[in-house]
Amino acid sequence: MDAQVNLPTTEKVKLSVRNLNFYYGAFHALKNINMELPEKKVTAFIGPSGCGKSTLLRTFNRMFELYPEQRAEGQILLDGQDILTSKEDVSLIRARVGMVFQKPTPFPMSIYDNIAFGVRLFENLSRVEMDERVEWALKKAALWTEVKDKLDQSGSGLSGGQQQRLCIARGIAIKPEVLLLDEPCSALDPISTGKIEELIDELKSDYTVLIVTHNMQQAARSSDYTAYMYLGDLIEFGPTSDIFMKPKKKETEDYITGRFG
Amino acid sequence: MDKHLSSQFDAELSGISTRVLEMGGLVEAQVAQAIQSLTLFNTDVAAQVLRIEERVNQMEIEIDRDLSSIIARRQPTARDLRLLIAISKTIGNLERVGDEAARIARTVQSLVSTGVSSRLRFPVGDVSREASLATNLLRKSLDAFARLDTAQALEVIRQDNEIDREFDGLLRQLITYMMEDPRTISASIDLVFVAKAIERVGDHAKNLAEQIIYIVKGTDVRHNPPDTVASMVK
Repeated sequence: MDAQVNLPTTEKVKLSVRNLNFYYGAFHALKNINMELPEKKVTAFIGPSGCGKSTLLRTFNRMFELYPEQRAEGQILLDGQDILTSKEDVSLIRARVGMVFQKPTPFPMSIYDNIAFGVRLFENLSRVEMDERVEWALKKAALWTEVKDKLDQSGSGLSGGQQQRLCIARGIAIKPEVLLLDEPCSALDPISTGKIEELIDELKSDYTVLIVTHNMQQAARSSDYTAYMYLGDLIEFGPTSDIFMKPKKKETEDYITGRFG
Repeated sequence: MDKHLSSQFDAELSGISTRVLEMGGLVEAQVAQAIQSLTLFNTDVAAQVLRIEERVNQMEIEIDRDLSSIIARRQPTARDLRLLIAISKTIGNLERVGDEAARIARTVQSLVSTGVSSRLRFPVGDVSREASLATNLLRKSLDAFARLDTAQALEVIRQDNEIDREFDGLLRQLITYMMEDPRTISASIDLVFVAKAIERVGDHAKNLAEQIIYIVKGTDVRHNPPDTVASMVK
């Protein structure tokens, strides 16, 4: 399927996907995906369950390599460097491409350490610097005022929405270039969802954000670009306002208007 | 249009489209009766036009309320959203067609009550020719809306020019009357306003046609000459 993949020339390309195919054993889950993802913009991936959107997201930091029967073919260029064939330590790639999952996954440690843990793996910071980094990340994630007096308490004692913002804070604390969000709000109430969407909007001034969501309104609200996927194909990719007002492909229109899905 | 997963949503959309056509039918009848009241100088028919006016206004409010409700509850996108936006504009246009009809009816009432009507030698036949062009155009645009027919919408946009030409002709004729016999000036000015009201009906029909193209193609063709519109919808 040949989707519109060209970005406006005003956008700088952060990630470039070329002829990407992905297999779960014999199952062909992504079919020759070609697209360019813009830097410091929010790109949303939508599509019915099983369309490959989460799979695609998981190739951007080679998360799939944890499972031996899964393999990716093709190229994913991060600032021109192919991350699929890179000999670089995969944890360094994941430091550049952070990820937040559907369910909040706080580590069983204090709120402070939840954030400091990842930072310690990559950087050698003084106590003061680390304090500053933790505060910075929690402020960015709009969680600071709620937890600043209980940083030594366990992260799992927070509400679902707070836990998810803690995970986002953890994700940005190591200062990645790209942030992958896999259904970050699916377990949250509307107020927490609103806070996270607000956060996504703020994050894009520093990061390239890719978000997988089942919530079409969320994609419409919080993204600059939207990609619609179906059965492993990238059907359409373009500015979010075009996709939701005047999509080029009938399949896209049928999905977003709720005629199919 | 293909069906939604939610049949209730389908019912709401087709329900609101039907109401728009119903409102369109009402204003079409209103214009026709306004013209009839003029050609016959019949104040009963004129009064009927003003009665319909109230129902048309009421329908505009009801349809608008339903629109807000559908948008709030369904969060429509793409073609569905375009349909609802277009309906919102269309009912505004239809309501103004009703206003034009009412304006004609009130003019007839004043012409009759001042006794001018019986003494006049007016180009009423020419006015009704302009009027039948306008009502035809309105009907055609409503038909095109019912079938979401862009080819017919394009025809409406082209034909609006004929009404404009007819209006210019009437204006010249009325000016001649006024110059020949200054006693007719007051009534002639009334008739100029009637002719202008009819010309506006044609404009509203054209606006509706433009909205049909927007619904189907997603292209905003307003403020373009017909030939440009034609190339935009190809």
